[in-house]
Amino acid sequence: MDEFKEKATKIAAVAFNLFYGDFQALYQIEMKIPVNAITALIGPSGCGKTSFLRSLNRMNDLIHGVKISGQLYLDGEDIYKEKTDLIGLRKNVGMVFQKPNPFPMSVYDNIAYGPRIHGIKERRRLNAIVEQSLQQAALWDEVKDRLYQSALSLSGGQQQRLCIARLLAVEPEVLLMDEPCSALDPISTGKIEELILELKNNYTIIMVTHNLQQAARVSQVLGFFLLGRLVEYGPTEKIMTNPGQKKTENYLTGRFG
Amino acid sequence: MTRTYFDRELESLEGQLLRMGVKVCDLLHLAVDSLVRQDLALAEKIIKEDDMFDQMDLKLETDCIKLIALRQPLAKDLRVISTVLKTSTDLERIADHCVNIAEITLRIGASQLIKPLIDIPVMAEAVEDMVRAGLKAFVDRDSGQAKTVCLQDDTIDHQYEELFLELTDLIRKTNDWEIIIQIVNLLFVARFLERVGDHATNIGERVIYLVTGEQEKY
Repeated sequence: MDEFKEKATKIAAVAFNLFYGDFQALYQIEMKIPVNAITALIGPSGCGKTSFLRSLNRMNDLIHGVKISGQLYLDGEDIYKEKTDLIGLRKNVGMVFQKPNPFPMSVYDNIAYGPRIHGIKERRRLNAIVEQSLQQAALWDEVKDRLYQSALSLSGGQQQRLCIARLLAVEPEVLLMDEPCSALDPISTGKIEELILELKNNYTIIMVTHNLQQAARVSQVLGFFLLGRLVEYGPTEKIMTNPGQKKTENYLTGRFG
Repeated sequence: MTRTYFDRELESLEGQLLRMGVKVCDLLHLAVDSLVRQDLALAEKIIKEDDMFDQMDLKLETDCIKLIALRQPLAKDLRVISTVLKTSTDLERIADHCVNIAEITLRIGASQLIKPLIDIPVMAEAVEDMVRAGLKAFVDRDSGQAKTVCLQDDTIDHQYEELFLELTDLIRKTNDWEIIIQIVNLLFVARFLERVGDHATNIGERVIYLVTGEQEKY
């Protein structure tokens, strides 16, 4: 299926600019991110891809001096309009970071934390959420007999899958992933990639990665950022075999610089 | 510019392909020459060359696969390697056809040719030019030149049809079994040359894909 043409738009950026004080990090970004697909954002360090990712759930608001202009629409609603429910936004658009960051508590409590915050107290319901989330994250079989052990006792790859399960427990629609595998060994990376490919059937996933082969393996749509601009955006297969822009060609073939 | 090591590996790959291409064109020339002049010793020599071209094709394939595995090429680099991989196969098949022509030289042996061969060498020169032009288009990364090569295939097909009609007409006019066999062998030669034209067209199509990223069939 040509995800780029045939799927509905989940997130749309329209003339989106981002400033850290006087420094402009993003210039006039125009992008339509399809639903239930994996969109990879690539580009050299400092190109703005992570800044853009963090804009999608307004994590950048936490940085002093950040200003934006333009719009970012989620299901047609501008997330930067006044009175946007930020807690609801970050529940709906969850994020996984480069370094796994399990809470210093049990596996069970890590997963149950979000639902509890959102008002779910009943034990049976929490048990069901914990099991389902861990199943979805392909971690249940490995941890079902150690749910009450510390999450910090898990391996790196397991911790990252736990972080994904923790996200899934609050039923988001969009998953943001900032280099989710760069701290992991190849086998853990392989498992996370398999997981992400399964998850895309039910979630919209946007992933920043430095690993071009990873972007090639998992994504259906690709955006190449350079110096704050979106240079090229389209189906991964097309860009990886026949990019339209010389700058993209130079980056993909390592002749950049 | 970075990536000079990989650039050198790509250049080496292209160099190998071009050397194979030049040798194949020379072989084609010699194969038809051996037929026209009924030079049996030359024909024997040509037949022995087949192994060399098989080895060249295998080495190119191995080197291409190695580069794909170790360098994970993308974009134009990937298209260069896929072009080399497929063109190597076309060149190896052309070499096979040269050997086929040389084998016919031996089969006809010292028997008198039914007529001086004029159209076959003309057709052979035309397809040899196509192969050389296709390889030049590859070196120059020129899709225009490549397209010109592809468009020449119609001329070759036409030459083949004319030869076919002429030779089958000769079969009708004789009862001599030896002559009929010779004509059938010459028909095979015409067919092999027509196939070389098809392989040259493939090379042209590959170069267009390399340059533009678009696949065009002729």
